Amino acid sequence: MLELVDISRRFGDKPAVAQASVTIAEGEMIGIIGRSGAGKSTLLRLINRLIDPSEGKILSGGTDVTALRGKQLRAWRARTAMIFQQFNLVNRLDVLTNVMCGRLYDIPAPRVLLKWFTAEERALAIRALDRLGLADVALNRADALSGGQQQRVAIARALMQQPKILLADEPIASLDPLNAKLVMDALADINRRDGITVLTNLHTLDTARFYCRRIIGMSAGRIVFDGAPEVLTEPVLREIYGQPGQDVLDERVTSTSLPAGALAALAS
Amino acid sequence: MTALDDPAWRLFEQRFGALRRARQTETLLTFAAIVLLFVAAAVWTDFLPDKVADGVPRIGEYFGKLFTIEPTRGAEPVGVLSLSHLFGGVKQPQSVAYWFYRIDVYVALLWQTIQMAILATALGFAAAFAVSFPATRSLVGSGAAVFVTRRCLELMRTVPQVVLAFILVWPFGIGPLAGILAIAIHTTGTLGKLFCELNENAERGPVDGIRATGGSWLAQMRLGVVPQVMPGFLSYALLRFEINVRSSTIIGFVGAGGIGQELKRVIGFNIYEEVSAIVILILLIVVAIDLASEQIRRRFIGAMA
Repeated sequence: MLELVDISRRFGDKPAVAQASVTIAEGEMIGIIGRSGAGKSTLLRLINRLIDPSEGKILSGGTDVTALRGKQLRAWRARTAMIFQQFNLVNRLDVLTNVMCGRLYDIPAPRVLLKWFTAEERALAIRALDRLGLADVALNRADALSGGQQQRVAIARALMQQPKILLADEPIASLDPLNAKLVMDALADINRRDGITVLTNLHTLDTARFYCRRIIGMSAGRIVFDGAPEVLTEPVLREIYGQPGQDVLDERVTSTSLPAGALAALAS
Repeated sequence: MTALDDPAWRLFEQRFGALRRARQTETLLTFAAIVLLFVAAAVWTDFLPDKVADGVPRIGEYFGKLFTIEPTRGAEPVGVLSLSHLFGGVKQPQSVAYWFYRIDVYVALLWQTIQMAILATALGFAAAFAVSFPATRSLVGSGAAVFVTRRCLELMRTVPQVVLAFILVWPFGIGPLAGILAIAIHTTGTLGKLFCELNENAERGPVDGIRATGGSWLAQMRLGVVPQVMPGFLSYALLRFEINVRSSTIIGFVGAGGIGQELKRVIGFNIYEEVSAIVILILLIVVAIDLASEQIRRRFIGAMA
């Protein structure tokens, strides 16, 4: 169980996340929605400890994550794997090495310096790649892949970390609808089959509704909604996204998903 | 109503005009300041038009001397520019063979010079590589490490190489060792600074990616930054190697070995033919290195990570 207790983060005077409190059970798949700048990315980065909170605590199974330092902090980061909108792969390295980077927390410094991986690490990486249907491009350079493939490599790298939690920061915002579906399906599959908790920022409502049983809405750094997609009604959406006097949101306008019929046609 | 009568345009034109005038004034002032500085520097260093004009016509004299011979001692020099003369053999003054009659000595010394440059570049590259990461502000949390390493790099490149060599000839004796160390130290200083800039410009994303997996600072540098900056590092190192070949020539002047020592001797004795022969050889070597590094760059850097 992961507990965020009154967590805040300010950049200068500007609060990015303000007194956010959330409890996340193991195995949940949660979508976080909100406008740009609402603090979604900051929230995920706080959990992974890429950035430190200004106030508040993150608790995991009784341990105070915010107090972790050094080796223990790196072990925590490994357990809370992260994927990014821009994939954040190392372009000039091959796909296999990128995936093996998922084990870096466990590799002694001399081997890191020599970029020397064991046969077992290679085997694990190939297994992760194969699961995402990418074993055949293992030796290509990462930047030779399409965006959708790169994001799946990033997921393979995350799997390599054998995480408890997977944090996805706008994983499909740079992808076309078909690749977006592949990536979201992969995340859902990881959630269901491996029981890994998935926490993902999403910029389209219908994706969040479709994949997540629980949705967290953020506005100006605060958590303003936390519940099932069914309760995500018009007034709530207005609070999350809207400014006073703005028109009703039409989810079809912002959607990047393909209608069911189009997918069936593509598959055949 | 034409587009020029548009009130939005008139408002824009007003603001744009003000902005443009401010910029023009700034450009003019900057230009005036530069001209003033140039004139001041010229006066202080005696870089005056009449003196330059006096010297320019005489630049040819050196080359004239190379292609003239005195038929007998003290007689009027006559020009020589015929093939039969140029390839006339060792005994014929101002023939190619006459210029290069000590080519075996030169080639051996040049080879020593190049070896000095190779060793110095390799040592300097290794040191600069290691130091550049703690010296890059955007990659390091603590300001102290950046401050210390940056000042060290500055010290290393501020002391002129010839002075360094002169200091090092004392403990290490006359010969190539002092020269190699002097050039290596200077190379560390300059390459280190350039490497820092490349590190500074490296994309943040991949480094974040490695950090998020739980990779240590070392892992972030080795796998997040190095693959991005290595082509640039090598490019700078090859350029530095070229510079170091010339440096190790000059450094020979203070007794640090190589072709430089020989060049100093022949300059000292005013032996124009040998000076020219050595300079031509150095030129050829530099051109060859330039061509070779072009090849190396093309072949390796594309594939490297």
